[in-house]
Amino acid sequence: MNENNIILKVEGLKKSFGDGNDVLKGINLTVKQGEKVVILGASGSGKSTLLRCLNCMEDPTGGSIYFNGEDIADMKTDINKHREHIGMVFQQFNLFNNKTVLENIMMAPVHIGVTKYRKRAVKNFFIKLTNVFKKNKSELIPIEKTVKEIKAEAEERAYALLRRIGLEEKAEVYPSTLSGGQKQRIAIVRALAMNPDVMLFDEPTSALDPEMVGEVLDLIKTLADEGMTMVVVTHEMGFAREVADRIIFVDEGVIKEEGTPAEIFDNPKDARLKDFLSKVL
Amino acid sequence: MNWGVKWEKFISTMEGEYFRELLLTGFLNTIKVAVLGLIIGIVIGTVIAVIKVAPKYSRINRVLDKICTVYVAIFRGTPMVVQLLLAYYVLLPMLGIKEVESIVVGIVVFGMNSGSYVSEIMRGGLNSVDKGQMEAGRALGLSYGTTMIKVVIPQAVKNILPTLGNEFITLIKETSVLSFITVYDLYTALSTIGSKNYEKMVPYLVMAAIYIVLVLLITLLVKLLENIFAKSDRARTNPKAKRA
Repeated sequence: MNENNIILKVEGLKKSFGDGNDVLKGINLTVKQGEKVVILGASGSGKSTLLRCLNCMEDPTGGSIYFNGEDIADMKTDINKHREHIGMVFQQFNLFNNKTVLENIMMAPVHIGVTKYRKRAVKNFFIKLTNVFKKNKSELIPIEKTVKEIKAEAEERAYALLRRIGLEEKAEVYPSTLSGGQKQRIAIVRALAMNPDVMLFDEPTSALDPEMVGEVLDLIKTLADEGMTMVVVTHEMGFAREVADRIIFVDEGVIKEEGTPAEIFDNPKDARLKDFLSKVL
Repeated sequence: MNWGVKWEKFISTMEGEYFRELLLTGFLNTIKVAVLGLIIGIVIGTVIAVIKVAPKYSRINRVLDKICTVYVAIFRGTPMVVQLLLAYYVLLPMLGIKEVESIVVGIVVFGMNSGSYVSEIMRGGLNSVDKGQMEAGRALGLSYGTTMIKVVIPQAVKNILPTLGNEFITLIKETSVLSFITVYDLYTALSTIGSKNYEKMVPYLVMAAIYIVLVLLITLLVKLLENIFAKSDRARTNPKAKRA
């Protein structure tokens, strides 16, 4: 990607689930650094599928998705490497039930950090081994942190994130004891612990009791204010109007209309969008 | 029937050191084969189950899946006795292996047989774990294997513990077929003791009592494990914490 500050660039994205069940029929979309994009659409319109394609949770059946200059829709790309930088928050929270809150947040950073450390350590071992027979000694790969430091750092960061959402005292409990709102906020900071370049929210408040929607939306708003790039699928129209830089209306697998919240809510052009808004507003 | 005489005959037989050692060996062999068989079975079963539930995108996965299906069909489709006989009296001579203790054959066959059952138990367990758990792990950049090992399998094991306990109990009791390949197990030992003076009633009752005690101990062990795994259901990590 030459155009700097473009984070995600989707070209001609298609997704079909088997014969004739085409959910996405060619989506083009760019998300710039710091941009907040909200995807709207009726149920079954393909909006969730679109979001889930952005980190290849669903493998696209056509088109490209460029993230950090690499086409992640290509099956040959190492998707795990890129997913580290794409945070995702689910409707059903999906906290790891067998891990405490702290472990939930620390698991991915520690595992990925330690795996990288081990790979480097093994490589260094072989470099040292071959150096014995070489005149021009090859240089070792620098290792900045030990395993202990990786863990300590992840723990510190996890506590900082928990403090931020005021749930520090819940660090040692299991998710089954938390309320929906608490679970979702922890799921959000779990994604944040990886320092993502972009966050994907898949209907983050749809599974919550009404009185808990506020606390989750507030957290997402704070993230938005801090400049986090995000793509959000939601049914919360007030939130969409307030936070979005751009709203995308998806229907029948294509983007029917796209624009600022003012354009979409106050001056809709597409007939389906008008119909949709009349039902939800 | 004179139980007093029968009991005394049994006691007098057991006074011989040879018979006491025989009983101990039989007891230990039964435990050894069941425990090691279960461990091998869990390992094989977990591997098969993971292959079975893994997405079948690549050709390797599809081939492995077929191999596992055949494996399960063979080991669930034939009686354990037949498998023991085939392994010990057909396979070993065919391969020209002589220096193998019969108990090792027993452990391997028990493990492989148990693996076919555990694979189906485990598959049910893996399917019982919410798909979202795998998705959450993958979304964080963890690989399929890592998420499986760290998140999905622990939750699956928690769900299938009672059924695994059943499998262990079945294995303990089925060790009595080890006599077919000359392993001294609990059954063989007590049967031999009974043959000493043609008085088998007491030895057989003792045998039943030992099996029952073993099975009750396993039941207790499974309960204990269930409590440990249930900690994620509790309010606190502290096991003493009471639920409100």
